[in-house]
Amino acid sequence: MRREIPLVITGVVGIIMVIQYFVPHSPFDKLDALFSDWFFILAACAIWLGALNLLKLSFIKVSKRKKDWPYAIIIVVSWFAMAGAGFYGGRGFQTPGTNFTWMYDYFYTPLSATMFALLAFFVASASYRAFRARSFLATLLLAAGFLVMMGRVLFDDLLIGVFGSLLGDARPLAYVSDIIMNYLNTAGQRAIMIGIALGTVSTALRIMLGIERSYLGGAD
Amino acid sequence: MIVHDRRDSSRGFFVPLVDYMLNRTSLSIVLLLLLFTVSLCFAQDAESIPDSVAAADSMLIEETFTPQPVSGVTTNDTPNDKGGSIQVSWELSPDDASGLIDHYSVERKVAGAPDSEYEIIGESTAGSSRATDNRAEDGIEYTYRIAVVSLMESVSGGMSEIVSYSSTSDGVRSSAQWFNSTRIVVLIFVVVLSLLIMYYISQAKAGKSLFIRKIAGLEAVDEAVGRATEMGRKIFFIPGTQDMENIQTIAGVTILGRVAKLAAEYECQLEVPVARSLVMIVGREIVKEAYMNAGRPDAFNEDMVRYLTDDQFGYAAAIDGMIVRDKPATIFYMGAFYAESLILAETGNYMGAIQIAGTAMPAQLPFFVAACDYTLIGEELFAASAYLSKEPKLLGSLKGQDVGKGLMLLAILVGVIIQTLGVFDFASLFEIPVD
Repeated sequence: MRREIPLVITGVVGIIMVIQYFVPHSPFDKLDALFSDWFFILAACAIWLGALNLLKLSFIKVSKRKKDWPYAIIIVVSWFAMAGAGFYGGRGFQTPGTNFTWMYDYFYTPLSATMFALLAFFVASASYRAFRARSFLATLLLAAGFLVMMGRVLFDDLLIGVFGSLLGDARPLAYVSDIIMNYLNTAGQRAIMIGIALGTVSTALRIMLGIERSYLGGAD
Repeated sequence: MIVHDRRDSSRGFFVPLVDYMLNRTSLSIVLLLLLFTVSLCFAQDAESIPDSVAAADSMLIEETFTPQPVSGVTTNDTPNDKGGSIQVSWELSPDDASGLIDHYSVERKVAGAPDSEYEIIGESTAGSSRATDNRAEDGIEYTYRIAVVSLMESVSGGMSEIVSYSSTSDGVRSSAQWFNSTRIVVLIFVVVLSLLIMYYISQAKAGKSLFIRKIAGLEAVDEAVGRATEMGRKIFFIPGTQDMENIQTIAGVTILGRVAKLAAEYECQLEVPVARSLVMIVGREIVKEAYMNAGRPDAFNEDMVRYLTDDQFGYAAAIDGMIVRDKPATIFYMGAFYAESLILAETGNYMGAIQIAGTAMPAQLPFFVAACDYTLIGEELFAASAYLSKEPKLLGSLKGQDVGKGLMLLAILVGVIIQTLGVFDFASLFEIPVD
């Protein structure tokens, strides 16, 4: 029964959700929003399990002086500071001027932005690797990337400055860049999207029919 | 002796003043100021014109321009909807192109109710000939009329509305439909694909061998887990940043079961840092079952699957720290990822880990391809669980999926030829209106 009941619930709910996509009549019209609400209620309750798990592991790390335990102190202090400020602020804890928003604006936001900013450097190093002309295909990729980049940074303006009357109003790099992005890139993206749609339907069907059970824990 | 200026005394005060003004250019300035003052006085008088006078002005304009009403007001129940909606359309007023029409006002009343009065239920801009009433009550019969509204500036400077009404439409009732016919193509596609999958599952059950193409990223899973075992380092499994309602997360955690079983068999340390509490709960169950199935329940520790944070970049920062400190030999990224994909994969690459990624987020695929050793592209992520399990039933579903893709390719090919020849608008068969 431990396995069967979840399978039946999954199958029934899955079929209902498929039906509601095709049937706009009541009560199916409200089911999507209803199930979404239930999911968010469950997720909101479950957040405590995650938060308490994080706290428990950090306490254990500090108390047993495990490797890198000082980092865990930062987690515990931050956890209590943010949660405490939130509870102290009451219902209006997110309004400007509260301790919570102050910590959010001056600790959380800059830290988050710093992590995001790192992406620029990672893009540079990843591009360096990806665009090395090691084979014919890699060279094609490099050439395409170079043309798109030149077209997007308005390199044409420089060309017009040099060749002026020869080019007239033509912007050859922007044109080539648009061709690559609008036709070659879009075609590739759509092929991937079609595959994803098929995979999604197939996975959903496997789950609804109870063929795929590993998400319930364990195999088959 | 005192000498009197006779000229001054005889001409009085004004004469010298006029002389002074006439003899100097400041006269022109004084005249201008005078003119300005007089015009201001007139302007104030105009503002204080009583309403009755202003009304008379606007009436005067109304006599000169009255917009022609719209014709052909038709109404119908909005098709393929959940009810409560009526579509109204009309032919534009002949004056629409003149630029003198401000907007069309859609008015509604309950049909056959003598005490019911017209109420405005919406407005459409000039040039627009349709509107939707989304406040209709199912089963009640309504009639509609369209008011053509022109705004005219009166002589006194105010704006006046000049309105012409159309004739009343026929009565109409809104109702909910039992089938959204615009989605018939999707239904056919789902039914055909489902039948194909079920057919191949039955074939697989009957013992027929099915050819499934090799997926390099999945072939490398054994090797990656083995490598971590040989090096005595951890395996990280990262199931993305989305919750359990996302199909990619579900696909990711199904692969986790296979990886956890391998890790248990090889006695390798597995760590699963997650960004959602529900994923943590599901992940623990999966890993626990996998360890039990591998005959190593003693090696399972529920803290293998641990929650970090819901925050995208907080999660990325925490995992980056773990990668740098623990130096895992193998990292799996399976699920839905956003901008954090490259931050994670590049850090793992820098630390020399063998990395296998799988996602159905097209924008993140190039990053994973650049930074990981193997990448499952889109559909391969969804195929991974079946592929790794080698279960006939699951492999049958994969075969059905592949045949479905073949049909899709055929439809595209036929569509391109027909559309190019201009025989028939093939693409229109697949148009699905966006809600």
